Amino acid sequence: MNRKERIEFAKWAMDRTLKCGANQAAVVISYGRDIEIEYRDKRLEKLQESTSSSMSLQVYAQNRYSAHSTNDLRKEAVEKFIENAVAMTKYLTEDPHRSLADPKYYPTGPKTDLKIRDAAYEKVESAERVKIAAAIEAAALAQSNQIISVTSGYNDSHYETVRVHSNGFTGESEGTVFSAGAEVTVKDGESGRPEDWYYASTRFYNDLPSPEILGKNAAERALRKIGQDKIESGIFDMIVENRASSRLFGILQGPMTASALQQKNSFLEGMLGKQIASEKLTVIDDPFVEAGMGSRLFDSEGIAAKRRVIIDKGVLQQYYVDNYYGKKLGMEPNGGSTTNVLFEYGTQSLEDMIKSLPKGILVNGFVGGNSNSTTGDFSFGITGLLIEDGRLVKPINEMNISGNALELWKNLVTVGNDPYPYSSWRIPSLQFSGVNFSGI
Amino acid sequence: MHHPISRRRFLLSSSKGVVAAAIPIFMAKNMEKAFAMPIGKEMQLKDYLEHFGVNEASIREVMGIALSRGGDYCDLYFEHAISSAIGLEDKAVNRAYSTVDFGVGIRVLKGDQTGYSFTEEITPKAMKLAAKTAANIASAGKSAPPVGLKQHNTPSYYPIETPWEQVSIDRKIPYLQKINDKVFAQDPRVIKSRMWFTDETTYIMVATSDGKIVCDYQPMTQIAVTCTAEQNGKREQNYFDLSGRRGIEFFTPENVDRLAKEAVRRTVSLFDAVKPEAGEMEVVLAAGSSGILLHEAIGHGMEADFNRKEISIFSDKMNKPVAEKFVTIVDDGTNPNIRGSINVDDEGNDTERTYLVENGILRSYLHDHISARHYKVKPTGNGRRQSFRFSPQPRMRNTYMLPGPHKKEQIIASVKDGLYAESFSNGQVLIGAGDFTFYVKSGYLIENGQLTKPVKDVNIIGNGPEVLKNIVMVADDLAMAEGGWTCGKNGQGVPVSQGLPTVKVSKITVGGVKS
Repeated sequence: MNRKERIEFAKWAMDRTLKCGANQAAVVISYGRDIEIEYRDKRLEKLQESTSSSMSLQVYAQNRYSAHSTNDLRKEAVEKFIENAVAMTKYLTEDPHRSLADPKYYPTGPKTDLKIRDAAYEKVESAERVKIAAAIEAAALAQSNQIISVTSGYNDSHYETVRVHSNGFTGESEGTVFSAGAEVTVKDGESGRPEDWYYASTRFYNDLPSPEILGKNAAERALRKIGQDKIESGIFDMIVENRASSRLFGILQGPMTASALQQKNSFLEGMLGKQIASEKLTVIDDPFVEAGMGSRLFDSEGIAAKRRVIIDKGVLQQYYVDNYYGKKLGMEPNGGSTTNVLFEYGTQSLEDMIKSLPKGILVNGFVGGNSNSTTGDFSFGITGLLIEDGRLVKPINEMNISGNALELWKNLVTVGNDPYPYSSWRIPSLQFSGVNFSGI
Repeated sequence: MHHPISRRRFLLSSSKGVVAAAIPIFMAKNMEKAFAMPIGKEMQLKDYLEHFGVNEASIREVMGIALSRGGDYCDLYFEHAISSAIGLEDKAVNRAYSTVDFGVGIRVLKGDQTGYSFTEEITPKAMKLAAKTAANIASAGKSAPPVGLKQHNTPSYYPIETPWEQVSIDRKIPYLQKINDKVFAQDPRVIKSRMWFTDETTYIMVATSDGKIVCDYQPMTQIAVTCTAEQNGKREQNYFDLSGRRGIEFFTPENVDRLAKEAVRRTVSLFDAVKPEAGEMEVVLAAGSSGILLHEAIGHGMEADFNRKEISIFSDKMNKPVAEKFVTIVDDGTNPNIRGSINVDDEGNDTERTYLVENGILRSYLHDHISARHYKVKPTGNGRRQSFRFSPQPRMRNTYMLPGPHKKEQIIASVKDGLYAESFSNGQVLIGAGDFTFYVKSGYLIENGQLTKPVKDVNIIGNGPEVLKNIVMVADDLAMAEGGWTCGKNGQGVPVSQGLPTVKVSKITVGGVKS
């Protein structure tokens, strides 16, 4: 199906759903193409190429709600599928809060070009993909003779989605994603084989770092782990590198959703307008970042995206409110999930932060762990480096950090100037004081 | 993002959002009509061929194209998965989901190299195009397709009474309503409860270029109950679930009762919970889902792909002692109706009980087709995939430790100052360093040989080989996990289970606070 056919198909499926007895319906037709390459030992390890399409359907029938998806898009199969979907919805209990979003929330006016689709996508050739992966591997292997294994990879994808709602919304989105990098394992003494990775993901092919940088960074990270060990438990100042810091923002963001609030699983209930973090923390949700991994014009309910200040100098300004839980809570919907998360960035680089710390721990990765959205308690495994007198003195691993989200974020002392560029959460390196580390 | 290492984690499908992970579902009254007459285990190979609209000749033709560029092996994996879920929130069953997923994956191997493609349209044209794409992993020569396909019969490790296609939504709804009533009747402190009832039916058919064709019918179900309670302005949440390759008969009145009672008990016990002291201590793992320790500490490290690449901490330990003599650890696909059991793996190989550690000695990796060929051993039936969209990899099934010589009471009594870990939410491992973690949702402090205060939300981190050495006592009370565990690796999730007798680890790092 081409773009126009997808819209026609979606409208046809929507009409069928209404004819079967639904009062309202939403249909999404998605198409995606993915190419993935893995490279190892100077040859292709894996080549995967595929195209997929699917339809998802939301049924609103007499205040009852159900949602369905299928990848069998033969018309006769879809007809049967829709018939069943509407028929089963009747058995559910009525839920007065279920309906499509009010059309007043749908986007109006001219479309902003988010620049999330690279026209060069079609021009990338198979041989080029393999060449990139091969160059990444070569760059990694060149770093040391202690490297046991390098698996480099490249993948690109293109997606197109159309969404139609029976109360007057039609939206389309299209984008490309390119990523490349490597995983590297190195020898460490008798039997240790520490590993690390470096991957970049971008919307534009030309924004990918060079294979040399990707391979070198992956190898350096793994090599830096040689000799890692745990140290004595204690309370330390902690710097978290940008690529890992999203884990810590996640323990604040999950409880900001309307669903968590309505289900009384949020330690941020009743905290609007209150200080939930240090004054250093200002968070902006910006859907219009050019080439942003999270950029969009509308959310998964058709609600127009807006730039919003979520936390201002530590004070919680807004929750993430979707249509359904917004109705349950009597709150205006404003987008139920994050788009691009931006911080008010500081002036210090990661190196500056390390240099000015007399003693502490640089956390560069999390290993497992979890958090409790009802209470804010968390506990995560970490890997990192010990800092003494502003220098990285030794690699550490097999330790946990534990605490409570509100206490942790109130102890945020420095926000770095280095937003992580390869994710929709552009979080910089962060420094916290007084964190509980458990080791020996 | 493509972060193979960071994604090699183990998570509970129901821990949050359930359905985003478990995927939609349903079943209207007349859904069974969508199928050719026989359904469930009654289906024969001819029914599968008809269902997927192929025959031996068309499969062999596609294989001919797959091998036309010099690949030395190929397989076709046909899959039709139908899943459904109903959800209860705010005391009403007011949402339902369904998903249909249908397609064929075509894999071509050239030595250790893989070419892969899939199509969602099972037509001769689409299959040939996918075969041509996958064929590109090789670039010289041509192999012949098999002369004939011979059916390979499988055992039946998950008989169920009623196929899920015959269970309409109105039969499922009362289960959740009953559990909800029991949850709120149980304790006045309960303020919210949310629950899901999911079922899934997967029909697979695998045809290989060495002339084998095999089919399987794979049922799965889960009921998960989350519960939030309030006491003196303080709130806590926890959950309980039951899952397996079972039919609706699994949800007996007794199990319905347990789902409600356990969800509430696990939640309200958290009000008195404390944080343990930070650092290394003795840890006793309760019998059952504590098998997550084995999954992370050794299971992933024994997956043969990591060893073929020499990136596992276990790569140089084969046939060496790694634990006390009373420690035997297996990965088993044959346990009746358990979530990780499979009649046949996703490459058409027989499943079995594989000994990872036998009487303390490291014995066998977990193999898929590629690694078995590499090591010149028989496949162990661990080649699994999330769906036709993915090529198979060595994956665990049900990983557990066999019973040992000690008693539970004796083990707890032997601990002066430690932690008793009872329920878990997730874990992760770094394959090469051997660092692994698992998150303890609830447990107890052990003081002077007695269980004392409840404990919650602590992460445990250790090193695989070190912790195996530090397993100093194993009881005789092996229990299997009952919940819906899903293992993630390189972006693919597969259902697994695990088990453990009561076990004592002499030293491991517990994420607590400095007093």
